[in-house]
Amino acid sequence: MYALVALGFVLIYKATETVNFAQGDLMMLGAFFALTGATVLGLPYWLTIVFAVAVMLVVGMLLERAVLRPVLGYPAFTVVMVTIGVGFVLRGVVTMIPGWGTETYALATPFADHVMRVGGVVVAEQQLAVILHTAVLCLALYLFFRFTRVGIAMQATSQNQLAAYYMGIPVRRVNMLIWGLSAGIATIGGILLAPMTFVHSNMGFIGLKAFPAAVVGGFGSVPGAIVGGLIIGVVEALAGFYLPEGFKDVAAYVVVLVVLLVKPSGIFGETVAKKV
Amino acid sequence: MRFFGVENLGVRFGGVVAVDNVSFDVQRGEVYTIIGPNGAGKTTIFNLVGLLYPASTGRIVFQDRDLNGLAPHRVAEMGIARTFQNIELFEHATVLQNLLIGRHRHRRTALWQELAFSGAVKRAERAQREAVEKVIDFLDLAHYRDSMVAGLPYGVRKVIELGRALATEPKLLLLDEPSSGLNPEETNDMAYWIEDIQKGLGITVLMVEHDMSLVQRVSDRVLALNEGRAIAQGTPAEVQSHPAVIEAYLGSKAATDPLPGPPPRMGRDA
Amino acid sequence: MRFLFKTDYDQDLRLFKHRGQVFWYGLLFVVLLAAPWWASEYMMTQLHFIGIYSIVGLGLMLLVGFTGQISLGHAAFLAVGAYTEALLAAAGWPFWLSLPCAALLSAAVGIVVGLPALRLKGIYLAIATLAFGVIAEEIAARWESLTGGNSGLHVKPIELFGAKLDGDADFYYLVLALTAVCCIALANLLRSSTGRAFVAIRDSEISAACMGVNLARYKTLSFALSAALTGVGGALYAHKVSFISPEQFTLLVSIELVTLVILGGVGSLHGAVFGAAFIIVLPQLIAIVKDYLPAAVAGAAGLQSTVFGLVLIGFIIFEPMGLYGRWLKIRTWFELFPFYRKGMFRRQKTYMKSERLR
Repeated sequence: MYALVALGFVLIYKATETVNFAQGDLMMLGAFFALTGATVLGLPYWLTIVFAVAVMLVVGMLLERAVLRPVLGYPAFTVVMVTIGVGFVLRGVVTMIPGWGTETYALATPFADHVMRVGGVVVAEQQLAVILHTAVLCLALYLFFRFTRVGIAMQATSQNQLAAYYMGIPVRRVNMLIWGLSAGIATIGGILLAPMTFVHSNMGFIGLKAFPAAVVGGFGSVPGAIVGGLIIGVVEALAGFYLPEGFKDVAAYVVVLVVLLVKPSGIFGETVAKKV
Repeated sequence: MRFFGVENLGVRFGGVVAVDNVSFDVQRGEVYTIIGPNGAGKTTIFNLVGLLYPASTGRIVFQDRDLNGLAPHRVAEMGIARTFQNIELFEHATVLQNLLIGRHRHRRTALWQELAFSGAVKRAERAQREAVEKVIDFLDLAHYRDSMVAGLPYGVRKVIELGRALATEPKLLLLDEPSSGLNPEETNDMAYWIEDIQKGLGITVLMVEHDMSLVQRVSDRVLALNEGRAIAQGTPAEVQSHPAVIEAYLGSKAATDPLPGPPPRMGRDA
Repeated sequence: MRFLFKTDYDQDLRLFKHRGQVFWYGLLFVVLLAAPWWASEYMMTQLHFIGIYSIVGLGLMLLVGFTGQISLGHAAFLAVGAYTEALLAAAGWPFWLSLPCAALLSAAVGIVVGLPALRLKGIYLAIATLAFGVIAEEIAARWESLTGGNSGLHVKPIELFGAKLDGDADFYYLVLALTAVCCIALANLLRSSTGRAFVAIRDSEISAACMGVNLARYKTLSFALSAALTGVGGALYAHKVSFISPEQFTLLVSIELVTLVILGGVGSLHGAVFGAAFIIVLPQLIAIVKDYLPAAVAGAAGLQSTVFGLVLIGFIIFEPMGLYGRWLKIRTWFELFPFYRKGMFRRQKTYMKSERLR
């Protein structure tokens, strides 16, 4: 679960070297669109997903065009602050739209309440769906970055924009695509998450937990995001089980600190040093 | 006393041996130049001496002290200063502030005094300022004193790099490709400055350089490197005509085939 | 237009560069001194908060604007200062003793946070401080025996040299004095070698080290000083609101503080004060504008959040030098009138390079 959101982070980071603090809120927005699709437009589940993802792709691209484009080239920290600002705006706007507001909603999915028995272990079908989707997405993304021209172009822009320009890569268009893609992934995450956390304007805060996942796994790596997400998820579950109330929330952050102190680039990340 | 020397210095990055068993000594008061094709490991040696990363083998001795395991700022405190090939200036500060940071190792005031800006701090600041002004005069930087480094042209920045290193009042100055990116006029200025630094200020200079005319003009001794290994050492003339050096730069055929007519003089009248 | 002819080095060293500056700052000071007479009670409260947030802003500005580090967990230092002060005051300690203690304890925590910072850069540091901030908040909530947990602590009014300082004017002068002292101390620091060392670390760590700046020492010092200042602000904050609980020191507060620094103008002392003023005044402005907006928009709970985000984004895009930058441009326009040229403050177009290699 965390892995999905972390995946979105890693994607944006890999491509533009920005850390998108608004990823969780994009997820939230995506979930709301899905909700609208299901309730207002009465679409069946699978179409809802397509609808929401499509809308969010556009939203992501627009966001990039309006907000990130002007700050192209600013130091990373500044861009991070912009994404934080975006998060605020998204949260605020969502509560102001009539029909959405501050209520909590449930999203009907075909997986809910279904339970499968896998070799003696009871697994909620919903969670299985999450895992499966994540796996498929990861594979797709990995292949995308490795083998398609667009994927390689994205990596180039993330490392040295000026050089990418010189190589004829339409940096700005590439960035737009990345953001759109990322928003789309976030949406899928949001839809999958909805049955567990319900849809409301603050569900984006789970995005904050995804940060530790991305860090633990290593920021530049797609498999890292998955592994990181898994680790955080497991740690949290264990903490909730064995430790007194309240430590569950903090557990993720403690893990992050430990990892940062021991191996800052994460499990799969790369360590680089400047050449003078 | 042994002024400066490296023995069996070597470093590897992963599987790549960047510097392999290099040894040389620098006498006090001389200008010692390291030459070699790109990738030979020259800047790496500088980084090792400045202890930016630890060497895998060998030791570095400065004024009879072993430099192993020291932090970079300690090296500066001992009197070794360096410039950077790719210019590492403080972009969002004025030239004056950049040079004043060079004086950091000469500071004598404590935090409490500075918070209150006591008389002692004032006096110290004035003294630092005077010292820096001497460097500004020496390098003709008065023009740029209050300008932000960020907007200045490349040639001026190289001079500021040099100034900042000089401001530390070093005993040993490491110059990393002082003439790269400079036009002939500026290179000429640089040559005069290096001579003045050596003879006027009494500072020993260890430099890395590609421009052979500059090397010829200012160096006392030269070391040639290739692929991390030392291949020749001696006076500029000796090293230039050494077959291994010619081979490194021009390929093996050039070393063995006689050239038609006398070889071109890479020297003063170039 | 004013031309400055310098005749000795002291002119460069002085805090105020010329007579004109002395005049204007003096005037400002006199106006502020007279505040209890011309300001309404409501405005006095605002001024209290502006002062407090200025001190905190100075602390964070030192770390972010001048030393180039990042901290998304500064609310933790605020909490340390606040709780220390609250507990010491409850134990009967006099203010002139409890305030320094709050500052020192914050500084100690700052050093603890600063140590991992030595190895971490950029986004990793941001996340580490974020994690630290969240953990600190949780500790405040869990450690019930010390902090009263989620039910909070009441804070006694200040007792300074026997006199109770709970009046508006009394507290105001205390805050004003402390703010002024902090500003001057920081300005002094910045024109001496420690301040230059900080700036060096911000711009190029490698060459700072090669020039003799002990990175570990100065980074830690920066964190400690920043935390100490924030702690002082926290202590004053505790007395001001007279009731503290962990919810007042959340991640959102940390983000608010960083926004303060950015809005004010990174890298300038004035920026801390401008930023503080803006952050305090913003909710007021929103409230005023609300009356003119259609009911659907104005009544929504999310308005403040939206505006906050929009302001943040807007400033970064349109006014990267912050409020202080805008002020500088306006002032330069007046000073150079009519020779002001539009491109005077234009930044060079920058292209992003991988910060992994910084």
